[in-house]
Amino acid sequence: MLQDDIAALSTPPGEGGIAIIRLSGPGVINQAARIFRPHNPGLDIKERPGYSLTLGHIVDDRGLKIDEVLLGIMKGPKSYTGEDVVEINCHGGILPARRCLKRVLDCEIRLAEPGEFTKRAFLNGRLDASQAEAVIDIIRAKTEKGLKVALNQLEGTIGKEIGLIEDALIGINAAIEASVDFPDEVEEPDYEELKVRIANQIEHMKKLLSSSRRSEIYRDGIKAAIIGKPNVGKSSLLNALLKQEKAIVTELPGTTRDVIEDYINIRGIPVKIMDTAGIRDTKDPVESIGVQRARQAIEGADLIILVLDVGSGLVREDLEIFKSIEDHKIIILVNKDDLAERMIKADDIEKHFCQRTVIWVSVKEGQGLELLENTIEEMVFSGLLEGEDYEVAFNLRQKHSMEKGMKSLEDAMNNLGSLPLDCLAVDIGGALEKLGEISGKSLKEDVINRIFHDFCIGK
Amino acid sequence: MKYDAGQYDVVVIGAGHAGCEAALAAARMGCQTLMVTLNIDTIAQMPCNPSVGGPAKAQVVREIDALGGEMGVNIDKSNIQIRIINTGKGPAVQALRAQADKQEYHQEMVKTLQNQPGLDILMAEIQGIEADNGRISAVVTKTGACFSCRAVVITTGTYLKGRIIIGDVIYDGGPGNQFPATALSQSLRDLGLELGRFKTGTPPRIDRKTVDFSKMIEQPGDPRPLRFSFISPRLKREQIPCWLTHSTPATHQIVMDNIERAPLFTGVIKGRGPRYCPSFEDKVVRFSHKDSHQLFVEPEGRNTDEMYVQGLNTSLPEDVQMAVLHSIPGLEKVKMIRTGYAIEYDYVIPSQLKLSLEARTVDGLFTAGQINGTSGYEEAAAQGLIAGINAARKVQEKEPLVLKRSQAYLGVLIDDLVTKDNEEPYRLLTSRAEYRLLLRQDNADLRLTRIGREIGLVDDKRWEIFQCKVDMIEKQKINMRSLSFTPLEQGMAQFLQEKNSAPLRDRVSLWEILRRPEVKIEDLQSRGYLEDMDLDVLEQLEIQSKYEGYIRKQEEQVRRFEKLENRKIPEGIVYGEVYGLSNEALQKLEKVRPASIGQAARISGVNPADINVLLINLEKKRRK
Repeated sequence: MLQDDIAALSTPPGEGGIAIIRLSGPGVINQAARIFRPHNPGLDIKERPGYSLTLGHIVDDRGLKIDEVLLGIMKGPKSYTGEDVVEINCHGGILPARRCLKRVLDCEIRLAEPGEFTKRAFLNGRLDASQAEAVIDIIRAKTEKGLKVALNQLEGTIGKEIGLIEDALIGINAAIEASVDFPDEVEEPDYEELKVRIANQIEHMKKLLSSSRRSEIYRDGIKAAIIGKPNVGKSSLLNALLKQEKAIVTELPGTTRDVIEDYINIRGIPVKIMDTAGIRDTKDPVESIGVQRARQAIEGADLIILVLDVGSGLVREDLEIFKSIEDHKIIILVNKDDLAERMIKADDIEKHFCQRTVIWVSVKEGQGLELLENTIEEMVFSGLLEGEDYEVAFNLRQKHSMEKGMKSLEDAMNNLGSLPLDCLAVDIGGALEKLGEISGKSLKEDVINRIFHDFCIGK
Repeated sequence: MKYDAGQYDVVVIGAGHAGCEAALAAARMGCQTLMVTLNIDTIAQMPCNPSVGGPAKAQVVREIDALGGEMGVNIDKSNIQIRIINTGKGPAVQALRAQADKQEYHQEMVKTLQNQPGLDILMAEIQGIEADNGRISAVVTKTGACFSCRAVVITTGTYLKGRIIIGDVIYDGGPGNQFPATALSQSLRDLGLELGRFKTGTPPRIDRKTVDFSKMIEQPGDPRPLRFSFISPRLKREQIPCWLTHSTPATHQIVMDNIERAPLFTGVIKGRGPRYCPSFEDKVVRFSHKDSHQLFVEPEGRNTDEMYVQGLNTSLPEDVQMAVLHSIPGLEKVKMIRTGYAIEYDYVIPSQLKLSLEARTVDGLFTAGQINGTSGYEEAAAQGLIAGINAARKVQEKEPLVLKRSQAYLGVLIDDLVTKDNEEPYRLLTSRAEYRLLLRQDNADLRLTRIGREIGLVDDKRWEIFQCKVDMIEKQKINMRSLSFTPLEQGMAQFLQEKNSAPLRDRVSLWEILRRPEVKIEDLQSRGYLEDMDLDVLEQLEIQSKYEGYIRKQEEQVRRFEKLENRKIPEGIVYGEVYGLSNEALQKLEKVRPASIGQAARISGVNPADINVLLINLEKKRRK
């Protein structure tokens, strides 16, 4: 009877070698097929048997890879919950896992309630009746713990801000409902004014989400990959940013064979920086593995620094590398700006990389590095509205509710004017319901109370 | 001296809007039914406003009608004005509203009741309800007549220990200055029911001959022949207007000068009154920044000079009421016919009822209408119908009819009553219905007439009309989906241009064209794209096409809702034995005793963890 699909991170939060996202419900295999691309293109996970593992990638809606994963399939009733279960084994710790989970939740799968897998296992007969009380204890404990966390948060900034949005939406909803239920006493709301009021709330929610994203960035950091053809100064750049000789630097092209990573702090943002092997066609088996790894590093990176060499000019290899990373956030770093012999002209850059962020530096002279750091900070926060007024960090559940609520409000905005009030109320009500999930309240009664508070009802 | 006066299957106590529906339903379902009323001349009386319908209420009247009830048919026979309100706000909130001729409404209902086979009407006061081993056995009148019966429906409205208050004048009385029912409250307490006390009120009535209408705005009826009932003929009735005026700063000054004489503020009135129907003095105090409130002057009938002043409900002293009236434009010289009053009355706390409206502790005892703490004729009639149906089904040993929140306003109403703590008289609002887009007045028959037929309330005539409509809708939908147009089709291209609608880009069906907001179905019909058909069918096609997206959204929500609704909780569950419930949840569950997990989740104080605990316990029980 509980036929919706649920998902949650099922390994404890924190940095570990591996994290597992568990999905359960009748639709999870089909849903997983939409976001999973197997390495072996001939494999269709919908056709895979129970207890199978498939290697592949979780991909985003444009088909870009989010993480390489092992996908386990268990078919109901032979699974923990008794339903179809998919387990996504993400490697590389908590951050990729979070991203994968986010991707999962973009499908028609909702975040599981505390203890819900256990509950389903019991209800579907996978746990013995004698375990009922133990199951109840688990669910109670988890729910209460969740409640406590939520309550603590609600006393802080999040609670205050959510409260403000709730209040505004209740007001909007009450204006609509009052005019519908008491047409003799309350005038139809002014559509232009409604539009402004709804837009204000969308804006407010966007700001909160942005600031939360900023907090996430400060907390989780980002990954930046340095790439380029061999011998353009990638390793020197790493060393310069780290202010230590981490990578071996020689005159010989192809010195770096593996991905070298370390953490640096740029303007308070933890950045995991990865120096990669120069990308070129090579017969050397060791080097070619390095090249392959460089390409993998690109996939998981939030930001890519493509290094060019003023001395060698802009060649076909550079352009091919650029083409392969076009969809990412990129900084074009033109290195060796100190050389007298300049094979790259500003015009060339303009021609091939127009609209891209370009920085001219000399790693050797330490010139332009500060600009690079500024640019990294800027790019990381680009697209995130100014949200510095708030210090909020939503958890995944809150963020999800907030995003869904905002979506409902946007639907309302789009239909305002073309659809009547009763449809509009469906969307505004939907947004309120989603916000109610964050604060754990049912806001319907509040709307009715507000009608009587704001309007003089009664003939 | 008590004497044996005979035997009935069902006895209905009270003949207001709830009582009439209950008695008719039981009799039509084949039960020997007795309806007992304090006064046969006040059957289906409207002691408050002279109107039927409005938002949420119109939907209810249509639902009653769709199930085979009487209210819709009766108001169609007796209205003096009818119109649609909330036009332009969407199909879900559009609502019919009629002004009734109160006398005619009463007379038409009496005719229907008297012509109903299997139904007897008796004028008497019931003083005792007898139960044998927790099962209803008989009712006894003041004069000693004892009728044995198998089910009783109590629909006594505001008559129970009624107390009328006008300033410092206070006396026992029922609505409209009828005799109150004094002994029944005790009988209900003896049966173990807990009673509460509510308050409501009504405005003064004035003499038409003394009103200056030139200072008021006329509110005409709709020129079209509108109807509540799906089976009423479309008759054009003469429309009598209502009139709009307003209070003035002088009015408010009079109220404030006399506020210390207002029973509402002196502590004389203790019962809770409804927020949606506050007394005029309450509005003046609470919204002191407003220097004017709308007032509607409405005729009480075709053949009377009495008029109702909607918006002026009050329990101020009579002399203050006069002064207030005289300060209102158009009423400067008005003569008052009836004084406004507040009334306090006993009601049965409805959490003691099952969703069938049967008392949990007394087998065969049903209560319906204002006695359950609701307000409004329509809400009363709705409960009366369901209680009557379920009393009959009780006698016939069948499962009760319980409508879901997703099926009908009737379901929302009863579920709210039974499940929630109501601190004021309950009135339906469209905002109380989660699935309002599905619970429209236009589709009440599509939602409920099949159910009405199954339980034996829908007669052959209604059934035939219904089936014709359904067949026509289906046929036309198929036609409209298969009839399609290319951008090259001249006639359609021209039509769209005239309607300022974007030209077609692909082959598109007529159904999809109708989805455009600027394309009206009447226009398609007048262009010959649609054949002649009943107005109701046209309306269905238009709504179903235009709102398909949002209707689907709500249907999806309903599917999720119904999963928990269908998960029943066994009646005999002992909550004290359920492991892991919180104390608060335990108490609330004991009090409401919900029928399903869904209902349990709607009780305030029962949180999601408690619901999980319940689910696990039920599963454990099931496996044993």
